[in-house]
Amino acid sequence: MAVDQNLKIELGKQGIFVTTIEELYNWGRRSSVWPMQFGLACCAIEMIATTMARYDLARFGAEVFRPSPRQADLMIVSGTVTKKMAPQVVRLYNQMAEPRYVIAMGACAISGGPFKQGYNVLKGIDRYIPVDVHIPGCPPRPEALIQAFITLQKKIDGQHLTGPDRPRYLDANAQGEFPVPEQGEHDLEPTSNQGVWPVQIQGLRD
Amino acid sequence: MKTVEEIKAAIEAAVPGAGVEFVPNPGPAAEHSLRIAPASAVAVATFLHDDADLTLDFLSNVSGVDWPDKEIAEKVKVTRTVTKTVDGVEQSVEEAVEETRKRVEPGCLEAVYHLYSIAKKHGPLVIRMKTANRSDQVELPSLTPVWRSAEFQEREVFDLYGIVFRGHPDLRRLLMWDGFKDHPMRKDYGEPDDYEYEPTPHDHVLARAHERQSREQGTGNREQGSDVA
Repeated sequence: MAVDQNLKIELGKQGIFVTTIEELYNWGRRSSVWPMQFGLACCAIEMIATTMARYDLARFGAEVFRPSPRQADLMIVSGTVTKKMAPQVVRLYNQMAEPRYVIAMGACAISGGPFKQGYNVLKGIDRYIPVDVHIPGCPPRPEALIQAFITLQKKIDGQHLTGPDRPRYLDANAQGEFPVPEQGEHDLEPTSNQGVWPVQIQGLRD
Repeated sequence: MKTVEEIKAAIEAAVPGAGVEFVPNPGPAAEHSLRIAPASAVAVATFLHDDADLTLDFLSNVSGVDWPDKEIAEKVKVTRTVTKTVDGVEQSVEEAVEETRKRVEPGCLEAVYHLYSIAKKHGPLVIRMKTANRSDQVELPSLTPVWRSAEFQEREVFDLYGIVFRGHPDLRRLLMWDGFKDHPMRKDYGEPDDYEYEPTPHDHVLARAHERQSREQGTGNREQGSDVA
C-alpha cells in the first residue's frame, strides 16, 4: 500500500510525516545489516579494505562485523569455497538468525572461478545456500562490494511483508534449514541442494 | 659443494650397501639426482644431514611423482625357419624377420626431496625414492625424523599420491577430508563428472559439458536454466 509520493512531500512540508509499517520496517532492516566476520581467501582482503577508513562500509549501516553467526544478518562469502570447507559454510549459514542474506563475492564464490575444473573446489556456493547478490571479479574491488551491498539494500527495501512474494523468513512453510552436504568418498554428497539449485531466473525488479 | 658423483661416493663410503643410483639430468640445468634404496634411506639421510662437509640441514621441498605403467613397443630382429620354394626345390631357409613386441614396464610412485645447507650456503641436492609399484606396495620410509619440515609435505604426498610413509609421526590426509578415497594427483585419477556449460575457450571442457547435458536431457533437470543466464 504505497503512499502517493507527491502527497507525502506536500504533507512533509507541513511537518507531517506519513509512512507505512512496511516502509519503516524495511528501512530499519536495510540500515543495520551486520555482516558476519569471516573470510575464505584473497577476496577477504578486499572485504577488509571495504570496511576500513578509505571505503568505510559503515556508512551504509554495516556498522560492525559480528564474530558470531547468531548476531549476523549478512554472510559475505568472500573467496574460494573448497569442498572441504563447504559443509562448514552451510552450517554457519544455518546458524544465522532470520532474516539473513548472502553476498557471493568474487569469481570463486559464484562459480568456482579459475579452479572450476578442479577436484577440490565447489563450483559456486549457490549450490547449497540461496545467494542474494553475486559479484563477479577476481577479486572485486571494494567499490564492487559496496555496489553489491547497496543492491542488497534495494532488494530489502522492495520486500513486502505479506503476499505471495514475501521473503522466506515471513513464510511459515518455507525452507529454514539447509541440508549440510556430506563429505563422501569421491565428492560432496549431494553435489547440490535441489531446493536452491539451479537458480531460478525471474524478471528483474528494480 | 661436492658434485653429485662425489656425494654418491661419500655416501657409499659412509653407509655400506646404501644402494645409491646416479640419475643424470640431460637438460641444460643438469641438475642430477641420486636415487636411494628405501631400505637404507634413513641412514643415508642422517649421513647427509650430519656430515661435516655437506651439512644438508634444510629440506626445502618434498614432491611426489606418478609414473604410470608404460607400454613399450620394441622392434626385435628374429631369425625364423621358413619353408620356401627355391629353384623349384622345397627348402628350409633361415630368415631374419623384424617383429614388434610390446612389453609393459610397471609403474611406480616416487618421492623427491630437495636439500640445502643453511650452514654451508650450498645446495640443492636432489634425492629420490621409488616404491615397488603403484597399487599395493607403496610404502617408503619417512624422512621426518631427520628433517622435521618433511612432516606436512609427506602428508601432502600421502594425500595426493598415496605414498605411505613408514615412521611418519602423524600420517593423515592434509588437504582432502579423511573419508576421501582417491589420490587426485595420480595420472589415472577420475574426477567427479560434474562439468556444466560455460563460455570457455577450452574445447575439452565444452565437449564434456555437452556430453553430460545430452545425458541429462532425458531426466530434464539443470543446465537449461543456466544456459539462459
